[in-house]
Parts: sequence; structure tokens; C-alpha cells
Amino acid sequence: MNKESTAVDLAQQAAAGDNFTAAYDIERIRADFPILKQKVYGKPLVYLDNGASAQKPRQVLDAMNEAYETYYSNVHRGVHWTSQTSTEAFEGSRKKVAAFLNAVSENEIIFTRGATEAINLVAASWGGANLNPGDEVILSHMEHHSNIVPWQILRQQKGIELKIVPIDDDGNFLFDEYQKMLSEKTKMVAVTHVSNALGTIVPVVDVIRLAHDKGALVLLDGCQAVPHMAVDVQALDADFYVFSGHKLYGPTAIGVLWGREDLLNAMPPYQSGGDMISSVTFEKTTFKKSPHRFEAGTPAITEAIGLGAAIDYVGAVGLGSISAHEQGVLQYASERLQAVEGLRIIGQAREKASIISFVIDGIHAHDLGTFVDRAGVAVRVGHHCAQPVMERYGIAATARASFGLYNTREEVDVLTDALIQAKEFFG
Amino acid sequence: MFDELRDLYQEVILDHGKSPRNFRTLENATCLAHGNNPICGDMLVVYLTLDDDRRLADVAFQGQGCAISVASASMMTEILKGKTRDEAKRLYKGFHDMCTKDGFDVSELGDFDEDAIDRLKMLSGVREFPIRVKCATLAWHTMQAAVDGEENISTE
Repeated sequence: MNKESTAVDLAQQAAAGDNFTAAYDIERIRADFPILKQKVYGKPLVYLDNGASAQKPRQVLDAMNEAYETYYSNVHRGVHWTSQTSTEAFEGSRKKVAAFLNAVSENEIIFTRGATEAINLVAASWGGANLNPGDEVILSHMEHHSNIVPWQILRQQKGIELKIVPIDDDGNFLFDEYQKMLSEKTKMVAVTHVSNALGTIVPVVDVIRLAHDKGALVLLDGCQAVPHMAVDVQALDADFYVFSGHKLYGPTAIGVLWGREDLLNAMPPYQSGGDMISSVTFEKTTFKKSPHRFEAGTPAITEAIGLGAAIDYVGAVGLGSISAHEQGVLQYASERLQAVEGLRIIGQAREKASIISFVIDGIHAHDLGTFVDRAGVAVRVGHHCAQPVMERYGIAATARASFGLYNTREEVDVLTDALIQAKEFFG
Repeated sequence: MFDELRDLYQEVILDHGKSPRNFRTLENATCLAHGNNPICGDMLVVYLTLDDDRRLADVAFQGQGCAISVASASMMTEILKGKTRDEAKRLYKGFHDMCTKDGFDVSELGDFDEDAIDRLKMLSGVREFPIRVKCATLAWHTMQAAVDGEENISTE
């Protein structure tokens, strides 16, 4: 392990009340992310595609390397030292996730391959066991495809109905419409916490309260929320919460399903095999309780350990500080981008996370993406796996800048200048 | 930074992208096909009128897309007008190879007019931008589907 002082150390000192005055030491934070030193086409990388996947701090890379280099083995199986050490680290990460979400117990934390698998798990397992023809599932118009398609498949299989909460022109979740949709038939409300395409923060506390009044459960897609704000599943009173590791500065191939323990233990297994059974005979198999019931086969061990390190990192910097920093960058970018003639921001909800989708008159998003790439700027262009959102605004694609904890106002300037040049170039 | 971008976005391409030619529906089309690129949401319809000699008497398109895909479609309509069905398919194959293979021997298309080959070369600047190859080939892929009688194609 590198012993030089890092942002995490400093943030830990700050949390401990040491004499630490710099409010948010962006340079220290940036130094933790090796890739930010990379040049692309001879220009410093300006990475503004955090909504698709975030970069990894050295602490995450080190934790994963350390696992592989010093104690790696399969988990939950071996009597040997490496297996015990790996199991401790793996289960330690589960505890970190539980604390991160303020879950009641780590038994409520299921490691999945990502948020997509987590939603599929709930739809197939809970939905398969509990939904009947005529039951209704409510989604919002802002959902990522991963929170649409699993429910559509369930609709085919079970004859359920899907209701879609509309959004207004600014991308606000239309709460009154939601309220009208709720009925005794509503069994599940599956909505995003923060829209990946628009940045809208959905008023989930009220969404959950009203759903519960009708006896419905609520699943929140927290992929775009957890990197930007503290999430407390107990305070929210949610039933299921999902997120992916790689958008939280952790590795890919690891995600989280949090669910209330009583719900999880009443759900049938999703996949089956080793590590999820209590006993197997050819006559009968009994299943373990959550979380192991839902973790068939060898899990993504090192990835879970990396996710634990990412949570430590984010926790040490502090989600409050991260949020304040990112909101500053978002505010700056929203104003600064107005300097680009013909630029229109898609999604101006009252409450937003640090995501800006935009279009520029006369220039297709794809051409913009290619152009700014040559200035070293990475933005996402396309429909962001949220085609219904694009359809809602009558556009094929947007460019999207999504800011993370390491982005700066100077980077917003680089983006803005590149866009102004693009406007001149494409005319 | 502008130099490499200029190789991709040559003036002619920007012009076709902004003011596409033959950008209309063909009421009397004998074949048509829909093309879409799910990555970027580009959608095109290519219309063809084949005459009795199996020549492309008229070629047109409609839809939306980036500068590259619209320019490629527009230039394609001009290149293909008057060509036979088989010539059109050979040009597509040649163009596709130009966009994806290093050292493509242009003389393989030596029997075609120089203007057509120059335009294909210009569009094949996408070779340096691999993610954009599908933008340049979408219209051509769709054209081939139209002459082969497939109605819906996707670049995926």
C-alpha cells in the first residue's frame, strides 16, 4: 500500500476533527485517480461520462490487487487461510454496503452482477411469486431500459399491467399523475431515484409513502443516486434498492440488491446451484436464507472487495462534500453552456443530480461526441438506454455531460470551448 | 485537432449532411427498406425504383441521423442512380471494405466512374474513427436490404 497522504486520509482527519481547513481538496482527490493523468490525442483527458461508468481511485485498484496478490481464494468453502481471509474480505464488503445504505442487516445485501441483474432478480423472483393477472406495476417515463424490460417480460408471463408516470417538459416527475394512478391494483412501484438521461431527482420519499398507503412495494433504481448523495433505505422506507458498483468508482460486474429481509426470505431463488442451498438430495433441496439464497455459484469476489474499497473512499471524502462540490460544478456548467449558441439543455427539473443532457441546433449528438473527443472530452451521446425519454422530447439523441467527484469547473470550460468550436466547425 | 476532423468531415460531406440530395419519399418505389442504428438512434428509409433492366432508375431516402450517415445516404443516392442492382451491391461491398480494411485495392472498382470512387474514398475517412463506420454504412446496408427485398434491417 502506498503510504503517501491521500484525499481519503485527509478526509478521515477532517472527520476526526483534525485541523483541516480545505473544504474540498480537488487536487488531492484527482491525484487518487491514475487515469486522470492520461492524455488523449495529446490533450488532458476530461472525463465527463461518469453516468455511464466512473473511473477508479487507486485505493480501489490497490484493494483488488492486494486481494489477488496476497490472499485470493474462493469464498465460503475452504478451511484454508486464503479462503477464510477472502471470505472475511468479501463479507466485510457486504457489511460496508449495509452501512452505506443504512440497511438493518447485512443479510439484506445481495451481490449481483449489476443493477440490471438486481432488477431482473426482483422482477423474476418477487414478481413471479406475487403478481397475478390484472395487477399493476408503476414505472416512470424516465426509466433506464433495465427498469422497463424486466417488467415487460413479466407482463407477458403474468398478464400484469404497466402504468407509466409522465414527466413535464422540464423533466419533473408528475406527482399528481402518479397519485391518480395508484390503486388497490398497484402491487409494485419501480422508479429511478435519479434519471440517468435528465438528472431529475425523483421525490422518492413521497412516492414511497403513497405507494405504501395502497399496500404496494417500491423498488428504487439508485444507480445515478448513490454516487451523488447519501442514501438511507430505512429513512426512505423503501422495499428494494439497487445500484451498480462501477458507477460508484468501484469495479464492473458487481452490483447490489438491497431488500427488506422479510421480503427476501419469502422470495424463491432466482438462480440455483452451489452456495445457495442448505442441503441437497435428489428428492429435495432446501435453500439458505438471504443473502446466500440469491448468490448461486462463485460470486465476483475481488469485485465485491473493490466495491467495499470504493464505498470507503466515497465515505471518507463524504457524500455531503461530494454533493456540494458536484452541485457547484452542475450550476456552473448549466450557466456556462449557455455561451454555446443554439444549445438547449434537456432536463431542467427543480432538483437535479450533476447530469446535463443537451442538444445543439443543427448538429447531431454523435457528431458533437466525435468532435469534443478530439479535444480530450469524453461525453456520452445517444439515447442513454432511455429511449422513451428521447421520444418524450421528440429527439433521437442527446449529448450528456455527467460530473463526478473529481470534475472541475476548468473541465466545464474545456467542454464549453470545444462545443463553441464545434458550432463553428459544423456551422 | 481540426486536421483529423477535417479528414472525416470534409466540406462535401458537411454540405451533403446539411442539404441532403434526393431527400424525399418515392411514391412509386419498387423496393424500400428501413435501416436503424440502435446505438445512436439513426433511422433511414431507402427507396428504390428498379426498371425493367434491373437498373436503379431512382434512389431516394428519408430519415434522421448524424452528418456522416445523412451525407453517406445522400451521396449514395447520387452514385447509384442508373447503376444496375448488381453494380450497386458491388459498390456497397467495395465501400464497406474501404471503411473497414487497410490497404483496400481501389482498382477492384476500376470499372466505375472516377467521381463515384472519389466520393466513396471521401466517405471512407471513417476508417480512422471505427465507432463511426456504422454511420457511414447504414444507408448502404439498407439499400442492399431494399434490393434484396428485406424490409427492416439494423446495424446491430
